[in-house]
Amino acid sequence: MADLSTDFLGIKSPNPFWLASAPPTDKEVNVRRAFEAGWGGVVWKTLGEDPPVVNVNGPRYATLWSQDRRVIGFNNIELISDRPLQVNLDEIRRVKRDFPDRAMIVSLMVPVNEQSWKSILARVADTGADGVELNFGCPHGMSERGMGSAVGQVPEYIQQVTEWCKLHTRLPVIVKLTPNITDVRFPARAAKAGGADAVSLINTINSVMGVDLDRMTMSPVTDGLGSHGGYCGPAVKPIALNMVAEIARDAATAGLPISGIGGITTWRDAAEFIAMGCGTVQVCTAAMVYGFKIVQDLCSGLSSFMDEKGYANLKAFEGKAVPTVRNWNQLNLNHVDKAVIDQGTCIQCGRCHVVCEDTSHQAIWATKDGKRHFHVNEAECVGCNLCVSICPVPGTITMRALQPGETDLRTGRVIDGSYANWTTHPNNPMRQSCA
Amino acid sequence: MFARFSREAPVDLADLKSGRLGPDDYARNFGDAHPPLNRSQALIEAERCYYCFDAPCQTACPTGIDIPSFIQRVAQDNVRGAAEAILTANPLGGMCARVCPTEVLCEQACVRNSHESKPVEIGLLQRYAVEGHLANPGKPLFQRGMPTGKRVAVVGAGPAGLAAAHGLAWRGHDVVLFDAAAKLGGLNEYGLATYKVAGGFAQKEIDWLLSIGGITLRLNCRLGRDITLDGLLAEYDAVFLGLGLQGVNALGIAEPQLPGLRDAVDFIAELRQSAPEIVPVGRRVVVIGGGMTAVDAAVQSKLLGAEAVTMVYRRGMDGLSASTHEQHWAQTHGVTIRCWARPLAVEADGGALRGMRFAATRLEGGRLVDTGEQFFLEADLVLRAIGQTYETEPAGSALDLQSGRIKTDADGQTSRARVWAGGDCRAGGRDLTVEAVEHGKRAAIAIDRALGLGSARHFDQEATHG
Repeated sequence: MADLSTDFLGIKSPNPFWLASAPPTDKEVNVRRAFEAGWGGVVWKTLGEDPPVVNVNGPRYATLWSQDRRVIGFNNIELISDRPLQVNLDEIRRVKRDFPDRAMIVSLMVPVNEQSWKSILARVADTGADGVELNFGCPHGMSERGMGSAVGQVPEYIQQVTEWCKLHTRLPVIVKLTPNITDVRFPARAAKAGGADAVSLINTINSVMGVDLDRMTMSPVTDGLGSHGGYCGPAVKPIALNMVAEIARDAATAGLPISGIGGITTWRDAAEFIAMGCGTVQVCTAAMVYGFKIVQDLCSGLSSFMDEKGYANLKAFEGKAVPTVRNWNQLNLNHVDKAVIDQGTCIQCGRCHVVCEDTSHQAIWATKDGKRHFHVNEAECVGCNLCVSICPVPGTITMRALQPGETDLRTGRVIDGSYANWTTHPNNPMRQSCA
Repeated sequence: MFARFSREAPVDLADLKSGRLGPDDYARNFGDAHPPLNRSQALIEAERCYYCFDAPCQTACPTGIDIPSFIQRVAQDNVRGAAEAILTANPLGGMCARVCPTEVLCEQACVRNSHESKPVEIGLLQRYAVEGHLANPGKPLFQRGMPTGKRVAVVGAGPAGLAAAHGLAWRGHDVVLFDAAAKLGGLNEYGLATYKVAGGFAQKEIDWLLSIGGITLRLNCRLGRDITLDGLLAEYDAVFLGLGLQGVNALGIAEPQLPGLRDAVDFIAELRQSAPEIVPVGRRVVVIGGGMTAVDAAVQSKLLGAEAVTMVYRRGMDGLSASTHEQHWAQTHGVTIRCWARPLAVEADGGALRGMRFAATRLEGGRLVDTGEQFFLEADLVLRAIGQTYETEPAGSALDLQSGRIKTDADGQTSRARVWAGGDCRAGGRDLTVEAVEHGKRAAIAIDRALGLGSARHFDQEATHG
């Protein structure tokens, strides 16, 4: 069995699955249950200054469902911990003492002044916790008070607060980033400039789940009024993965440890975040959908995958996919893919045909010798992958790369196997001269 | 498999009686055979539809219902829109959802069969949509066109006649709908097993169909007795004949008048029109025939409490016109299907049926011949279900026939001017309810065109798009 243990900033955990700072890590009873189920670590739900915040007594969560009611996306308007600070600190100390092999990170959010941070950091260090995570991401409620994403959206604040924290604690400092910005590299660079030991991302995305068309209100509401929440779950994974990749490949932040968060539901999602440069992954929605036992399935799947691929430990594939993420202008414009339909497994639904015909390149024929038969017209196919995306039978439509010597029937060009990108393309008015 | 002639139990013979079961048994046995989908089930099943291009299911549907669209609308919780898609193509879409042999029509064509051998449950989804809509119809789906002043007689209020009447009334014509029976519906009302149409659905759907307006009813009015085709042609601009098959094939042997020897269609009709508690059934029942009528009669005999029910068919299993699904339905209800035998003689004793003697058959050079063996099946009730015939007298001899039924063109136009025909009385069909509906629908379009008013309007499209 593959070694799933992690050493992230010197914080050890038996597996890379940490529960993200969120409702599942709000209390001792929850966290004990999580550790008993096998979670490698937790990021304790964000602590703030006393008096504690107050939550609404109406719906805190809302959901985007598939038709058979699987959870696709999830949002919440819960604030940071609404319990007295000392209660949380006492519980953190007790749980860490009883589970010394698990990672115990404490999420923090206090007003942007040095004394507030200094004071809370000292009290957290006293619990025996392994590290702190600075919550610069919460997009609802707390941000209205100048905290959470209100900090995470201003790189100068990120750098300033990170510097204070590094000054006032010896614990590793992880900066949790908000996705509610235009370019995640700037807050990440600020965190690094402030001395952050790592970043974690993404926090949740501003969202309104829906509208109640009978009552003509946004949904959900408390006593008729609602507020935007933070969006998470499987739907946000592609957004999170992009932001992780941007930080992993940015020259200014490359090598900065990343704890990946965002819709991780299966072992495969976790493996993808690790391949994209993450040292640990954080999970919340999957636990809130399935309960804590899901971690056993995540570990099992990840371990089976690693055994099959021959990865002895997580480091063996951490970041392995990062070099393949490039700016568009680096893509090889001489490469040509064509769709291929496996007639043996095609079920003749014709979806590939109609979407190609209506919305793309008219490159899939619907009949052959007067009979229903779906096949690719290579003279029109641009290799766009739409047919692969909508085909209901996995593996029935695949993309085939034309080999050197083959002719692209669409352009009449013979493939020569050479590499050339946009930067040197004749159509590019800004092109660089060819060597 | 069958009881050989035996003298051991003569006292049991001609044991024909009603009330063999308790009230709960009847309620269970004659309730809905296939319960409808609830909303959760419908939404999940609807999600399975791939929304195929040029969908094979739609091609397979005789009425051409846009199945992907109606299922997409079910998935989007738009029951009214789903019903509109169905009823625009098939105004008896609710009944067809219950009685269509979907396993050889739309569901056989479903691409889900390729890998899963489990098609989308199109019939059940269609039922969900139509019944859901009829339970809470709101604003009418179809608005009758401006009155044209044309009058059309529709003779026969079965599926073909009802569809024709609806299509004509929709287009603004005044329709008078005649039927010899006391109730509308034809085979929908009289000819289907009770468990297929539980809950009085046939009449509910007809009430909805008539709600379009412009249809005047003349029940208990028989062509050839109370009205004539010539008389109708003198009075109306066009006539549609949906006469069905009124004759029943004889066994071709001596058939004495016995209470235990009757036509399966009458038995089925009696069950539809009375409480099952009062319908007599034998302890041992023999049904002769291999079609849907035979299955409906055999299964219902079993459900009435018969101990042994045997369907006897003169050819092999692959010749049965009942679908594989229907055969399994019969077998899982304890009906024995015995092939390769033809009736030889009805045996009776003192006015009471004792059973039936059969000759075993086989195919020889493509011809069915006797093998020389014979056997006897004890029976208190023998039901004839070897097919029905078109009776020519009511409509008169002026109509050309083909294979004993009315010859028409693709639109249903007969050899006689201003006379159209559809449903089972029309030659060349498969005797399916859904096909009869298509006949009526197409004839209405053709009649409208022939009346010279059809070109400017587009009634075959959904109202919301028209």
